[in-house]
Amino acid sequence: MVEPANTVGIPLNHTALLKDELDIVIPTIRNLDFLEMWRPFLQPYHLIIVQDGDPSKTINVPEGFDYELYNRNDINRILGPKASCISFKDSACRCFGYMVSKKKYIFTIDDDCFVAKDPSGKAVNALEQHIKNLLCPSSPLFFNTLYDPYREGADFVRGYPFSLREGVSTAVSHGLWLNIPDYDAPTQLVKPKERNTRYVDAVMTIPKGTLFPMCGMNLAFDRDLIGPAMYFGLMGDGQPIGRYDDMWAGWCVKVICDHLGLGVKTGLPYIYHSKASNPFVNLKKEYKGIFWQEDIIPFFQSAKLSKEAVTVQQCYIELSKMVKEKLSAIDPYFDKLADAMVTWIEAWDELNPATKA
Amino acid sequence: MSSSEINKNEVDIVIGALNADLTQFLNSWRPFFTGFHLIIVKDPELKEDLNIPEGFDVDIYSKPDMEKVVGASNATMFSGYSCRYFGYLVSKKKYIVSIDDDCVPAKDPKGLLVDAVSQHVSNLENPATPLFFNTLYDPYCEGADFVRGYPFSLRSGVPCAASCGLWLNLADLDAPTQALKTEQRNTSYVDAVMTVPLKAMLPVSGINIAFNRELVGPALVPALRIAGEGKVRWETLEDVWCGMCLKHISDHLGYGVKTGLPYVWRNERGDAVESLRKKWEGMKLMEKSVPFFDSLKLPESARTVEDCVVELAKAVKEQLGSDDPAFTQAADAMVKWVQLWKSVNSSG
Repeated sequence: MVEPANTVGIPLNHTALLKDELDIVIPTIRNLDFLEMWRPFLQPYHLIIVQDGDPSKTINVPEGFDYELYNRNDINRILGPKASCISFKDSACRCFGYMVSKKKYIFTIDDDCFVAKDPSGKAVNALEQHIKNLLCPSSPLFFNTLYDPYREGADFVRGYPFSLREGVSTAVSHGLWLNIPDYDAPTQLVKPKERNTRYVDAVMTIPKGTLFPMCGMNLAFDRDLIGPAMYFGLMGDGQPIGRYDDMWAGWCVKVICDHLGLGVKTGLPYIYHSKASNPFVNLKKEYKGIFWQEDIIPFFQSAKLSKEAVTVQQCYIELSKMVKEKLSAIDPYFDKLADAMVTWIEAWDELNPATKA
Repeated sequence: MSSSEINKNEVDIVIGALNADLTQFLNSWRPFFTGFHLIIVKDPELKEDLNIPEGFDVDIYSKPDMEKVVGASNATMFSGYSCRYFGYLVSKKKYIVSIDDDCVPAKDPKGLLVDAVSQHVSNLENPATPLFFNTLYDPYCEGADFVRGYPFSLRSGVPCAASCGLWLNLADLDAPTQALKTEQRNTSYVDAVMTVPLKAMLPVSGINIAFNRELVGPALVPALRIAGEGKVRWETLEDVWCGMCLKHISDHLGYGVKTGLPYVWRNERGDAVESLRKKWEGMKLMEKSVPFFDSLKLPESARTVEDCVVELAKAVKEQLGSDDPAFTQAADAMVKWVQLWKSVNSSG
């Protein structure tokens, strides 16, 4: 049995790393009471809350947090017709928060994620770990068997080429979850009681050329390095698919990171995932994705970006053309998605003129 | 998987003896080696007789045995740390587990001794998943599974060719690193087994390793000897080279290589600073090896492990031979190894 940490009494972190350079993006449809538990670790940071669903509802944010909040009306107002690329009735809408942020780093977390405990019982400051992951290099070109060589107490092992020991810049830090694991609906249905109690004390770089399932529940990234690729796709209301938003972003992000020589890390930090979503509802959302991903994966595995694609936006536009060309045959949805990918980049560049190529 | 579930008849534990006195080593491993057949191979350059405690089912091989089986000129292939490869050659079992003689069982975070043999065999018996990374690591272990977004068609995995274990206390760092960080010890017990993805290269350490001999035996090649190779791991690269070959061939044939658990506890031996005095050739050789393996494509027609080794040797000779004589020697050794393997293991 694993439990969340009790953070009452933990002093507020006044020397919070990067507090003026990082935004925390949280999608929500109900309330943000969970932030109370995160207060010692997250209060110093600015929040961007993306309110999904009914815009007339008021979202309760605990006292003392500095935040900006966007509901659907705001999204429509700010993006105009381009708002069509932002999902409605799905946590995929969170990527609007990435677009509208002015900071270098983003940490995104779901509103059912609490503070985890490490094996010694200590509360895990997930954001601090994400920041450490992002601030130190990745090693995608050669696997280090002792995992992250830059961590305290670790190093490169014998045989690790010296020329590769400087590593590359880290674009993404993908964290994990104790308690309710991020399983798909079929697995949830077969193993409804399975809980993740295994605390694997490692951070590692996912090798170049390897794809992975990126979960958006506990994720941080360098917005300057990879932001425009973090589009969470068209999900939810009016769309034939759901629960593939973060997966889609993860595949695009990894292909682009590999192409641009950036690193993606996975492992620590853990959060405590408290809520298991309804597997039958999930099955309906994922159903098509389960079939489609069999074609989508080979598509991404063989996707080759041109030498001329040197910015994230250029890479992303190229990818969108490939999606239109190669995946539309599976379903007209991909045609729409390819268009939405372009709209997203246009909207991104409009709201972020300084980062244009 | 507990040791009672393993078929002990399928496993040989191969130990390379670089030190004569194996009493402490074998006694410390007794709880986990009991019931298994051991092959102990004596470094042909070791003069003293081996000291082996009672109670083990063991076959010992030394220089005269090597000369009888492979001829006097080939016996040099098995000096130093490479002596264990002779054990791989003459074994008749499906799985091999090999541990350096300066390692003892480690303790897990609960304080229990780790049964490295069982963990290795369990790793080898379960599929590997090199085609897509599972963020919860080994999906086949108790309490874990494939995560959302993992393609269903890839969930049956591929056969596991090798299991690379790790080390607490003295990790397998190179001499410059250990010399710089003299006090550094590995205290981090990472509770995971994972598959090293397709095309990803890794530095395989021979200190704590197991493999499926039936599947990939000939791919574990005793080939690369650096000038001035010594009797401490800091002065060798044979296992790293062997691992690069093994991984490449596994990728080509659709097998997987795992890394992570089990841990062993590695004791002090040798002096990193002393080893640094010898010009460390290994660094140069690795720098040349990496781009070679990165761009290497074995021909589609190479469908057996033996053919893959031969093709690999050809490519090494052609592309790396002019860079350093060590590579030419390695290529020749690889070809010879396949010939030896075929002749020793021909039916009958």
